[in-house]
Amino acid sequence: MMTTPIPANPVVNRRFRLQWEAAQDSHVLLYPEGMVKLNASAGEILACCDGVRSIDEIVATLEAKFQTAGLRGDIAHFLAYASQQKWIV
Amino acid sequence: MKPAPAPPAPHWLLAELTYRCPLHCAFCYNPLHYDAVRHELTTAEWIDVLRQARALGAVQLGLSGGEPLMRDDLEELVAEARRLGFYSNLITSGVGLTEARIAALRRAGLDHIQLSFQDSTRELNDFLSSTRTFELKLKVAKLIKQYDYPMVMNCVLHRYNLPHVDKIIEMALELGAEYLELANTQYYGWAMKNREQLMPTLAQVREAERVVAGYRERIGERCRLLFVVPDYFEDRPKACMNGWGQVFLGVAPDGVALPCHNARDLPGLDLPNVRDQPLAAIWRDSRAFNVYRGDGWMREPCRSCDEKARDLGGCRCQAFMLAGDATAADPVCAKSPHRHEVDRVIAFAAGRAREEQPILFRTNANSRIMKPRT
Repeated sequence: MMTTPIPANPVVNRRFRLQWEAAQDSHVLLYPEGMVKLNASAGEILACCDGVRSIDEIVATLEAKFQTAGLRGDIAHFLAYASQQKWIV
Repeated sequence: MKPAPAPPAPHWLLAELTYRCPLHCAFCYNPLHYDAVRHELTTAEWIDVLRQARALGAVQLGLSGGEPLMRDDLEELVAEARRLGFYSNLITSGVGLTEARIAALRRAGLDHIQLSFQDSTRELNDFLSSTRTFELKLKVAKLIKQYDYPMVMNCVLHRYNLPHVDKIIEMALELGAEYLELANTQYYGWAMKNREQLMPTLAQVREAERVVAGYRERIGERCRLLFVVPDYFEDRPKACMNGWGQVFLGVAPDGVALPCHNARDLPGLDLPNVRDQPLAAIWRDSRAFNVYRGDGWMREPCRSCDEKARDLGGCRCQAFMLAGDATAADPVCAKSPHRHEVDRVIAFAAGRAREEQPILFRTNANSRIMKPRT
């Protein structure tokens, strides 16, 4: 399988808008005439993609926020998918 | 009778800001009697509609018409939409989109512009819209890129331009389009009136499909080509509106709330008006939004059909126009007893000579001779 490299300081692609949708009780990605509804962890990860934080910093941020460890694998896996979908650049 | 489950939130609010339009497209889906529709909602009334729709859970906003740029409060409405968290889509012919306006719309937070073309050639573009707008559209396309918008082009297809769908794609690529919607004419409103003129032949449709597939292979992800075969040429109907009262909430220029774009042409709906009732009551409780919700309204052959969950019986307007009954199966369906009506139109298209009947352009003068449905 071809894998898309994860950007070093990922940022949400300007072609999408990430926002919290109360009606969906989730983060969503909005794009022309469409919407992707994100699950809770995907929303938390994308919300950290500000173009400044590195992958290490994103992992640290989320592990601190949820007071847990060992998130790196899941985060990297999702970011690879998000990159492939062009949600992040 | 058991109570119906609460409807989902409307996802898509289509704000038809005005029926005024500088173009006169022969395939417009607007109602024939649009010129009799007066008393457009005011800025304050539209803002109230936006707030109410957002509170109901709507997130995508289409700003359409007519030509939405005919409203000089468009920037103000866009700014309010942005504050409310809508993703706003401007659906425009480009006429009136000056650099000053696109800059103001950008500042106001407009998310996306969809630019319509009638054809890749000046001659046909201008003939079909009955205007001289082709050069202007090229300029607007450049402005859209310059202001860093995703470039989404839309071109309505019919028998006059299907033969050069390749040129339309080439033009889209040249302009840097990221999406190109090749939208086959849907026969409502003015398009229905001009159906005999616009209906392509099956051979034209198949050839265009082949050309589009070839381009898709060659250009990859550079530009996404959307091409939907016109439903007359399919043997199952489209799941119209993704279900009545499920996703789509339209508001016409005069405040009439629409469960589908063409609901004005359906008899007996008693369409509610946002000036008279809260939007939540309209969406949840009005008869117009409930009458074709779910599948309780269906008759045979839909009622017992094992595919009814997929296409939801098709389009109510098409059923009314072609079968004379809005609760009938969409006559596009091969299982419909009225399918022969569709086949007759296709056969006529294949056999006809070109210029038997003049095109009826969408103009105010022509609209005035159309009788409004009462």
